[in-house]
Amino acid sequence: MNLNAFVFQAVNGLSSASGLFLVAVGLSLIFGVTRIVNIAHGSLYMLGTYIAYSVATKLGGALGFWGGIVLTAILVGILGAIIEVLLLRRIYRAPELFQLLATFALVLVFNDAALWIWGPEDLLGPRAPGLTGSIELLGRRLPTYDIFLIVVGPAVLLLLHMALSKTRFGRLMRAATQDREMVGALGVNQAMLFTGVFALGAMLAGLGGALQIAREPATLTTDLNVIGDAFVVVVVGGMGSITGAYVAAVLIAEVKALCIALGIVDFGLFTVNFSKMTLVAEFLVMAIVLITRPYGLLGREQGAVRSVAEPEEPLRPATTATKIGGLIVLFVLIAMPLIAQGSPYTLVLGIDVLIAILFAASLHFIMGPGGMHSFGHAAYFGLGAYGAALLVKWFAAPMGVALAAAPLVALMGALLFGWFAVRLSGVYLAMLTLAFAQIVWAAVFQWETLTGGSNGVLGVWPSAPFESRPAFYYLTLALAALGVFLIRRFLFAPFGYAMRAGRDSPLRAEAIGLDVKRIHWLAFAIAGCICGVAGGLFAFAKGSISPETIAVSRSIDGLVMVLLGGLQTLSGPIVGASVFAVLQDSVMRSTEYWRALLGGVILLLVLAFPAGIVGGLAKLFARRKAAS
Amino acid sequence: MSTQMLTVEKLCASYGAAQILYDIGLEVGRGEVVALMGRNGAGKTTTMKAVMGLMTQSTGSIVFDGHDVSGRQPYEIARLGLGFVPEDRRIFSDLTVLENLDIGRQPPRKFSDGVAAPVWTEQKLLALFPNLGEMPHRPGGRMSGGEQQMLTIARTLMGNPLLILLDEPSEGVAPVIVEMIANTIVELKKAGVSILLSEQNVHFAELVSDRAYVLEKGQLRWNGTMAELADNIDIQRAYLTV
Repeated sequence: MNLNAFVFQAVNGLSSASGLFLVAVGLSLIFGVTRIVNIAHGSLYMLGTYIAYSVATKLGGALGFWGGIVLTAILVGILGAIIEVLLLRRIYRAPELFQLLATFALVLVFNDAALWIWGPEDLLGPRAPGLTGSIELLGRRLPTYDIFLIVVGPAVLLLLHMALSKTRFGRLMRAATQDREMVGALGVNQAMLFTGVFALGAMLAGLGGALQIAREPATLTTDLNVIGDAFVVVVVGGMGSITGAYVAAVLIAEVKALCIALGIVDFGLFTVNFSKMTLVAEFLVMAIVLITRPYGLLGREQGAVRSVAEPEEPLRPATTATKIGGLIVLFVLIAMPLIAQGSPYTLVLGIDVLIAILFAASLHFIMGPGGMHSFGHAAYFGLGAYGAALLVKWFAAPMGVALAAAPLVALMGALLFGWFAVRLSGVYLAMLTLAFAQIVWAAVFQWETLTGGSNGVLGVWPSAPFESRPAFYYLTLALAALGVFLIRRFLFAPFGYAMRAGRDSPLRAEAIGLDVKRIHWLAFAIAGCICGVAGGLFAFAKGSISPETIAVSRSIDGLVMVLLGGLQTLSGPIVGASVFAVLQDSVMRSTEYWRALLGGVILLLVLAFPAGIVGGLAKLFARRKAAS
Repeated sequence: MSTQMLTVEKLCASYGAAQILYDIGLEVGRGEVVALMGRNGAGKTTTMKAVMGLMTQSTGSIVFDGHDVSGRQPYEIARLGLGFVPEDRRIFSDLTVLENLDIGRQPPRKFSDGVAAPVWTEQKLLALFPNLGEMPHRPGGRMSGGEQQMLTIARTLMGNPLLILLDEPSEGVAPVIVEMIANTIVELKKAGVSILLSEQNVHFAELVSDRAYVLEKGQLRWNGTMAELADNIDIQRAYLTV
């Protein structure tokens, strides 16, 4: 390893930083003005790569390539405007985070749309006409196109700066980032502003994607990879700060480049392959930045968003009707093995649903009543699952011991991560929890000697007396019911009141002597612990686990379940998890394009029930009652 | 008063389950300065927000310059010529004085009878508030409370309003500034602009207002001319003094 190689990688990192910056800055601008965390932003980038590929190959030549990049940016910008007008505009008044669910549905739809139009193969675009050469730098060849990309980032940064200060639209965007309600009261139509900023952000994402086709092939996994990176950049740079986004993009790209340049390093006792550590490194940087500078490098504390949604109804203890309803459901679940004797698959699905319920209920505990929007709940699910499975694998532990260890392992993780997480709030907390989950994922993925890496752990089957399907179903049902009951008890105990007080008004709660951080920390730990039970059950139900168990998609599934059911009702996560699990299962088996179908269903639900399924039904009943 | 600029009837508003306003009714005539008086929490700010369309839960009728504006979006109401100066100022702290003014810019407008309303420009406003004229490029976040108060009034004037909702302009600012604000109100009145002013301070209200409404616990308790209120110690004692 010599200095030249380092410098070369560093220069290379700068060209990656430009692409990262383009997608992140759009995300940041959109969040600043509309307060929407646009998960579909990575999808817009991905569509940019595909559209630019098609134009470049169909038209060919310099016009096809360079004209294609411009055309792609415009088309994706228009798509962004359409998304805002047709979808998001209808749900601005819905509770916070609901837009997130809608944009996630778009991720699913766009992914399948790309699969349908362009097929599953990776598509490598042509090389950039006029920039196909390379120059010699420190004894290595650096493509001229990379140098072009290095210039593009700062150029766009400069243009955006000028646009934000010299144009009225830019000034309105900056004003709306601070106080959009006041901008409205001064006669500015927010809808136009929101559409405009969405179009601009989407255009930048499309441009970023289009510029990549000469370097990397267009693939279907781009969307989630890019959105992960973009989140990290935005959070590290500070939400809403475009200069921060550039600085962070360079920082992240350089850290990754450094890891690759280091390669395999022998420390004598052990060797570390740094080139495999890029993911861990990226999220580690983010965790360190968030812990030391909670609002990012150049960010500032966001003014409290003046919520346009109706205030939440307080949680009420269960009415007699609810209790009876709950008991009936429980009896049906107990009778399930008898009812479903003819179709063994029903019990398999039943176990999946019960595990999903426990997972969603534990997430809801901190998200709804706790007000902590965790984007990384999969970490505790995975810790539970791996805790149990590894005990079986290495120590041949009986199932009872492994299942008891699962929540403990998850609890340890939740105590550690939660201690940092509760120091933040809002989007920053969400991103830090995501970072922790990614670190767990990467550790499991890359620590092959312990965890089996991508192969996972095999042969984790239930032992007697639970080896039969119905017996394991009853075990799952008992633990799920116990978990849900415990969560309810916590919520209506003084601890639960204190937790909700801390969510609604941290200052007042502290003024009456509550240690809000400590309470939220404990709540975080409890949620992690209960989630660990779900993870342990999952390992035994499937018989094998892989790093997939901790992937981002599981965290997002959890969010979807909770939001689908409704954030401020206790039965919400149960209904949401059941609907989601059954939907996912039945849709997945019926069509190749299950993502699009699932996304479509979520979109319909979002538009029809902006308060979640249970919240929506409750409102409907309240209206009936008032009318009669 | 010959022409009504603002007529509010049976205005109710709530935050969640808590009802704040109960059947408020009030009128402001053209070129009239009307004071909305009451203690903290009486419902003055909520009344103004409801008129401006900023309360999601409100019912009642609000007619402004002949247009029914109840249920309309705030920007639509602002574009009809209703200006709002919030109590907490809500200056865009990242934007400079001139940029803040630019956000409030709207085209010149006329009253419904065709008479042109006063037209404001940055030059006129910086001359009207000399303190602001000294710092056109200073970010709003680095100004004193009084300077911010002037900026927030100037920003609303950039919309060339026919009527201004002025929420507690004298609160927490130096006496010199209070005097300047009082002078501005008198100037605006001369130019035919109407003002609905919320106030706790009878002395300030007396300087500028023609009539007054007194609120307590979200209900209208008294209304009459400002001179009557200034003389009526009982009403003041019951609803205003602390």
